[in-house]
Amino acid sequence: MASRSYQIDAIIIKRHKFAEADRLLTLFTADYGKVRAIAKGALRPGSKLGGNVELLTYSRLMLARGRNLDIVTQAQAIDTFLPLRESLELMSCGFYLSELVDTFTEDGVEDRELFELLLNTLQELASSENGERIVRYFELRILDREGYRPQLQRCANCNHELLPEANYFSPAQGGVLCRSCGDLDMAARAISVNALKVLRFWLNNDFASASRVRINPDLARELKILMRDNIKYILEKQLKSIDWMDRLASGDLLR
Amino acid sequence: MNPDFLSAARPISRLIQEFNKLPGIGPKSAQRLAYHLLQSPPEKARDLAEAIIAIKENLKLCSTCLNITDSDPCSICADDSRDRTRICVVEEPIDIMPLERTRKYYGLYHVLHGVISPGDGIKPEDLHIRELLDRLSEGSVVEVILATNPNAEGEATSLYIQRLISPLGIRITRLARGLPFGGDLEYADDVTLSRALEGRQEM
Ligand SMILES: [Zn+2]
Ligand SMILES: [Zn+2]
Repeated sequence: MASRSYQIDAIIIKRHKFAEADRLLTLFTADYGKVRAIAKGALRPGSKLGGNVELLTYSRLMLARGRNLDIVTQAQAIDTFLPLRESLELMSCGFYLSELVDTFTEDGVEDRELFELLLNTLQELASSENGERIVRYFELRILDREGYRPQLQRCANCNHELLPEANYFSPAQGGVLCRSCGDLDMAARAISVNALKVLRFWLNNDFASASRVRINPDLARELKILMRDNIKYILEKQLKSIDWMDRLASGDLLR
Repeated sequence: MNPDFLSAARPISRLIQEFNKLPGIGPKSAQRLAYHLLQSPPEKARDLAEAIIAIKENLKLCSTCLNITDSDPCSICADDSRDRTRICVVEEPIDIMPLERTRKYYGLYHVLHGVISPGDGIKPEDLHIRELLDRLSEGSVVEVILATNPNAEGEATSLYIQRLISPLGIRITRLARGLPFGGDLEYADDVTLSRALEGRQEM
């Protein structure tokens, strides 16, 4: 790291206007985790950086060490996930993923596996019609990576084996509760046998296998509420892009 | 150092500081501008000061298109020679100027004053979208041209507006991708913008 400049492959997860035509980028990289950098003149149409440092683009960047923030000197997009940008729903999933990664991660903490996960998820999104299931899988995976792997095998409270019946899910206790423990936890929510099966399967399988699971609309709704409750409890807040996804889904376009 | 010099120079250092806050003006340029004004005749300085105050005190938003204007309706909305059946939707007032420079567009405008940005919590209600719907419901508009910036939020905003107004049966177009993805309309050159206008596409 002694050299004045270095190359990284990064996914741009956030960017803000910064002094005239410059942009402050938040990058998620395989080697250094979350990194911030300045893309000078990125907003000028003539700029070679332009679309190569656009939100949710996977790019190879050359960075020069700056006094406070490093400066992007070259950028070449590897994947722009183009179909994502043609669909309001998929793009909204993309906004949500980037907000999740930005919120869950700290600057400069390497997490190659999470980087791969984000990359795979964006590629999956770009080749799918419906992002819901992909987003659910990502939510479960990022919880696992960030140290919030839900306890799904045994009761998170009394450690008894879970019976194949409707049990409870408790964000506060970090997993599934048996019926007798769940009855006592007012904040716990019912979880169906099928929802538990899907979560267990996802936690132990990669994308390709995970996408083979069949999920009917009721189950999809249940999984969505479970994951959201869990994430909201852990982050102690609701992510901003959730409200937008819900509005799109319900057709509530203008209030 | 001589304290008299310091107190005498305070108005100058204040002016230098103010210039320095402007975009694109570094400390060196700020100094040069301040000393230039110091040496120029008083009425020149007054003209400049009045021009600066005038943009803050006399400007408002056009009640039709939300462009920044000193008269309501703005000069574009009030111009009878313009094509009133077309509305070009832009993010910011500053985006109108480069489009006007192309001399390829004679319709009207609508300024959203922002883009939808779910990650920042910016929703359609935070933009002037309701006013656009009101204009369209009058029934004389045959085409809406979406000219948001070609980046993630700009395109999401265009897709959203398309979904919102497509039930009205009005032709919806957007600027062609002659503009580099990830750029910003404000910084577009005229050639690029002319091509983009000529090549606008059905949505
Ligand atoms: Zn128990
Ligand atoms: Zn007007």
